[in-house]
Amino acid sequence: MAPDGNMTNGFKVVGTRPKRPDGIDKVTGRAKFGADATAPGMLHASIVRSPHAHAKILKIDTSKAEALKGVKAVVTRADFAEGLTGENWNILENVMASDTALYDGHAVAAVAATTALGARDAAKLIEVEYELLPHVTDVDKAMADDAPVIRAGAADKSVPEGLHPNVVRYHESGHGDVDKGFSEADLVVEDSFKTEATHQGYIEPHACLAQLGSDGKGEVWCCTQGHFNVQKVCAALVGTDSSQIRVTPSEIGGGFGGKTVVFIEPVALALSRKANRPVKLVMSRSEVFRATGPTASTSIDIKIGMTREGKITAAQGVFRLQGGAFPGAPMEFTAMCAFAPYSLENVHQVGYDVMSNRPKQAAYRAPGSPMAAFAVESVIDELCNKLDLDSIEVRLKNASKEGTKASYGPKFERIGLVETLEAAKAHPHLTSPLAEGQGRGVSCGFWFNHGGETAVSLALSEDGTVAISVGTPDIGGSRASMAQMAAEELGIPYESIRTTVADTATLGYNEISHGSRVTYASGLATIKAARDAVKKLCGRAAAKWGIDEDAVVWEDGCAKPSGPNAGDFEPLPLAKIARSMGRTGGPIVGHYEATPEGAGVSFATHIVDAEVDKETGQTKIVRYTVVQDAGKAIHPTYVEGQFQGGAAQGIGWALNEEYIYGEDGRLQNSGFLDYRIPVASDLPMIDTVIVEVPNPGHPYGVRGVGETSICPPLAAIANAVSNAAGVRLTELPMSPPRILAALDAQANG
Amino acid sequence: MLRQMVEVNLWSGLKAYTGGTQKVEVEAKNVGELLRGLVQAYPDLEPTIEAGVSVAVDGRIIASSLTEPITPESEIYLIQRLKGG
Repeated sequence: MAPDGNMTNGFKVVGTRPKRPDGIDKVTGRAKFGADATAPGMLHASIVRSPHAHAKILKIDTSKAEALKGVKAVVTRADFAEGLTGENWNILENVMASDTALYDGHAVAAVAATTALGARDAAKLIEVEYELLPHVTDVDKAMADDAPVIRAGAADKSVPEGLHPNVVRYHESGHGDVDKGFSEADLVVEDSFKTEATHQGYIEPHACLAQLGSDGKGEVWCCTQGHFNVQKVCAALVGTDSSQIRVTPSEIGGGFGGKTVVFIEPVALALSRKANRPVKLVMSRSEVFRATGPTASTSIDIKIGMTREGKITAAQGVFRLQGGAFPGAPMEFTAMCAFAPYSLENVHQVGYDVMSNRPKQAAYRAPGSPMAAFAVESVIDELCNKLDLDSIEVRLKNASKEGTKASYGPKFERIGLVETLEAAKAHPHLTSPLAEGQGRGVSCGFWFNHGGETAVSLALSEDGTVAISVGTPDIGGSRASMAQMAAEELGIPYESIRTTVADTATLGYNEISHGSRVTYASGLATIKAARDAVKKLCGRAAAKWGIDEDAVVWEDGCAKPSGPNAGDFEPLPLAKIARSMGRTGGPIVGHYEATPEGAGVSFATHIVDAEVDKETGQTKIVRYTVVQDAGKAIHPTYVEGQFQGGAAQGIGWALNEEYIYGEDGRLQNSGFLDYRIPVASDLPMIDTVIVEVPNPGHPYGVRGVGETSICPPLAAIANAVSNAAGVRLTELPMSPPRILAALDAQANG
Repeated sequence: MLRQMVEVNLWSGLKAYTGGTQKVEVEAKNVGELLRGLVQAYPDLEPTIEAGVSVAVDGRIIASSLTEPITPESEIYLIQRLKGG
């Protein structure tokens, strides 16, 4: 798709910072989230979860629970669809275990009762008899010869012979000759890295209200990043048709990829079908940690060769990702993103998807990319230090640009990595003095971004205002961005447009709000739907004036004759055409349904200053700057918010957050007291610089921004901490004990 | 109708399914024909393609659309299907 003319000038609404339409509802508590849904006769549900990391389920006795007053239904795996295959089977197995509990927190039964307390009491009365099995939770141990097998036969054909059955998928890519490249280097640095699983840490736990009749017709209200996906998965898991399940998304209290997955909605539907009453199911925080998807944990080996002048001659990486008890750890993205910022003649990357006795991993912004950047950018920093080279200049010397053959194969289209590096170089942060005990780190990061199936409808009202219906839940202010783009096209005020996230019965299938796709794909669809409406508006004006449609143009919110030859008519504003639309051909509605395929990839460069207390191992982030290519920032405040959010989550991931498993394979820190996400006092003001290198695949040049911002932080912080501490940190999180251990190891040689 | 052969670059992990070849040729005028052609020529690729792949055509990553046109000169890479968070 060709961009529309000069995309950086001439906008009237795009690029401004209007108030968000959901702002008042959010700050006054009027906004309805997942747990706010209620229905007459509603029951409350509770899920029974395995206390064991790996155990055969020998028997489930529900009789005592069913006898409890107020209990209306109990379900086990027998109450769900049979004969599922592929990913639907994996999802069902995760939603409700069949014969084996695969991780601490795995659901094995559920109960619905007239009160929430009654449901919890009943859950305690469900007796499950287990036979304990050996377990493994560490990625390297899960690949070892003596590791217990999580599920025999789970591997696909990509896995080479001789690997442990827990290795279920394999990826290998690259080009050139890495051995030759390493031989041309003046210095080769190799190191190994580990990162722990972290949770997306959304404040709102998963919640839903569901109703399913014996006729197979159902309703679901839930907090999700993708209600059309909830519809599809629920229909498969409870054994009904998609069109019979209507799903309405609530406001969402954070998702970051963790709410792209279905966990509880099919359980509530199954209970409802059995009880013939609506069922509400709300996860506790502990359940969220134990049984929803954190990131994969990783074990990574990186080797990079560089000349004295800073040219990278070869790079290779081995990426092992543990994704819980199911296939799907995003090791191919880790491998593909790892070296993407750099133009390399010789590069090779290998990925392993490894199963273990942990919950099924889920996306956490740019799945797999931050861990790759941590390892690769740490080695580049080490090379710069040892060769006494400037870290920004080295990255500029090797930076990918338009036409570069990417490390994952194809040539890049127009990209903005060099522009982010130049903006970082020019930023006063980079030359500001450091105090004693402080270190500075920089890092680049890369993410693909995504398009996906999208449908948008734009309806005019008789008073000239406009209602937009989108199918992508608003997870970052997209209702405002859609209204801005429609206002730009229609030439009417932003305030005259209301954007609604419509339910699954209202629009065609919309892919999940993931892959940084909403402002790109729903935005593109909104622009096209507005243009469809404009065409119809021009048609009404042409009919009124008795001239050809082609002789009418749309300017400043009015239909006008295209020139003197078209006739002399007064411009017709949108409101005037809308007022009479019922008598001039009927309602005017613009539509667009497509799968946009032009989501531009994006890059970021981060600069971090960290201060390390060598006595205690405590780290404080004292300054942070995010520079990222947004293509075109529709609402700059929201773009800056995405940049800051990625940095804030990265600070938590780098310094404190981790899943801690005991020897028994049970999660030991399933609450925010022991799993420490950053709070305001942990963070500096995060400075942002929006770079705009237009994406040729969008009419206004938009690139996704929601994920790339979490790619560089782990590495940038690790480089800052390592430079401050004087020792390379290779394991995340860089918590005080790990920093002290690294300092001790260095002191002891 | 003239036959149009296109060159497809696979990720190296797929060499196991193509007799050790990472670069293959199939007859195709769009992404859908390309994927069908790959399965026809190398049946062992079917599970991978069925599980979902993306096709990079001249640097643009096509995640879903089977109707995306391709030419004999197109630079084509098969890559894993994109998803995000």
